[in-house]
Amino acid sequence: MAGGPREVVGRTTPRRATPVKWGTWIFGAALALLMIFTLFPFHWAIVASFTPDAALFRDPSLIPTQVIFDHYRALFTDRDFIAPIRNSLVVAGTTTLFCLVVGTLAAYALARIEFRGKAAIMAFILAVTMFPQISIVSPLYLLLRSLHLIDTYPGLIMPYMTFAMPLTVWVLTGSIRQIPKDLEEAAHVDGASRRQSFTKILLPLAVPSLATTGILTFIYCWNEFLFALSFTLGPERQTVPVAIALFRGQYQVPWGEILAAAVVATAPVAGLVLVFQRRIVQGLTAGAVKG
Amino acid sequence: MRKISRLGAEAKLGWALVSPALAVIALIAIFPLGWTFWESLHLHELRMPWLGKPFIGLANYVEIAKDPRFWAALGHTAFFTMASISLELMIGLFLALAMNRVFRGRGFVRAAVLVPWAIPTVVAALLWRFIFESQGGILNAMLVHLGLLKEPMVWFIEAKTAWVPVILADVWKTTPFVALLLLAGLQNIDLTLYEAAAVDGANGWWQLRHITLPLLKPAILVTLIFRTLDGFRVFDLIYVLTGGGPGTSTEPVALYTFNALLQNLRFGYGSALSVVIFAITFALALFYVRGLGVRL
Repeated sequence: MAGGPREVVGRTTPRRATPVKWGTWIFGAALALLMIFTLFPFHWAIVASFTPDAALFRDPSLIPTQVIFDHYRALFTDRDFIAPIRNSLVVAGTTTLFCLVVGTLAAYALARIEFRGKAAIMAFILAVTMFPQISIVSPLYLLLRSLHLIDTYPGLIMPYMTFAMPLTVWVLTGSIRQIPKDLEEAAHVDGASRRQSFTKILLPLAVPSLATTGILTFIYCWNEFLFALSFTLGPERQTVPVAIALFRGQYQVPWGEILAAAVVATAPVAGLVLVFQRRIVQGLTAGAVKG
Repeated sequence: MRKISRLGAEAKLGWALVSPALAVIALIAIFPLGWTFWESLHLHELRMPWLGKPFIGLANYVEIAKDPRFWAALGHTAFFTMASISLELMIGLFLALAMNRVFRGRGFVRAAVLVPWAIPTVVAALLWRFIFESQGGILNAMLVHLGLLKEPMVWFIEAKTAWVPVILADVWKTTPFVALLLLAGLQNIDLTLYEAAAVDGANGWWQLRHITLPLLKPAILVTLIFRTLDGFRVFDLIYVLTGGGPGTSTEPVALYTFNALLQNLRFGYGSALSVVIFAITFALALFYVRGLGVRL
């Protein structure tokens, strides 16, 4: 990292000879500390999920001394943790699919067609993504109750649209805008209709954008808590976050099982993020900053 | 002539394509918002159906203004928002600067910080509660072992110490998001500025203060908006970590509202609280956009 002439052209900030080493050391140490801070809860949760409950709060050890699978077994036999996973998959999956279909049309219009009122629509959508969920809990509850939809899948999917739809449209619009227009314009010159240039040219090019947006929307739905807590009544329709948050033991908090459940709930999202990290970062920031 | 009609057709197509999404948003987000307001003007206790649903004007709002628990909750929310955001901005800026540099393991760092952001907030809260839980818990064991604490502490018994895990968990969970937004801003900065400064002999600190931070201001403001609004609606994290306790000493407004609605089934009063939260959020957003001139 010495401030030679070549480095000047690169990404690194050029520094002079002596402060360089100190700077690098401090930088490295701070980064290492941050990484420990970031990863430690995961490490401890995974270790604890394989540790007998009795050993968790008496001389807890960061390195597993005794590995048991009881918590995971209990999760799927005594508790039927499959049900919340199924509920979360159904609710998050349906919401994401519906938002993608409807959102793609809107995003295409917002990214490719010039019409009056577009800026206002974008501002409106952004405003809706920001408004607090709690402010519509009461009418949604009354509405769902009168439609007998409390504790049902539609009773969750509908409220989920309130945040998923604006999010999908916003991120997808940002993402489609970054796809070059040349091919579509060339197709227009050759006499292709809008419908053709949309289905034959843009849509195939937009598959990665759709995937990223879908992943983001899915993650938001998978993680949602307030609506799921408000509009479900019992374990039958509870989603994963609600089920975990309401875990109760007979006499004490069943930490081993809670952590096993946390590991199970986190694994799919963590996997998605690790595989698609580059795209997710692009999707997030394209929507948030450059919009 | 043809051009104009074609433009008209374009506009029609544009609106036609946008309208399903707009209809969904209007139907399930905007219409309920109006309903919340309407509800807030009534006495509506689901526990006492015989009272009916009489119109009581602004009485619920008057009750809020005199409700010490609401003002305390508002204070908790403001404290939580400011404390967590200032930490997140500082650490996030450091992380963004780090991820903008070339070093071995950069990909690993980026992947590692993204995971806390992606997991459910409920899970993040549980992980941190578990770390702070009980006198025999891991944090107490480590702090005593390192000699930082003489005796294990009970973190959740006092408001002062109960805030520590709450804020730490929020910082842990959302700093990645902050760092990513700031990183996107950093990558828009023209590198030739640094080259010119380096030629003039400016060191790293000077460059940070006079190039990076001023040019990063828009990104910082955008981050600030997103995080302030998030902070003001904090719910999951505190519901799981402290349940608003001990007592109601860490209760944020969203949790108080939730309790009024779904624990006490006071729909009129709870709706009025919802409207107040919405109004505060709206005012904050307006302040950022108009007052500070943030361009989104």
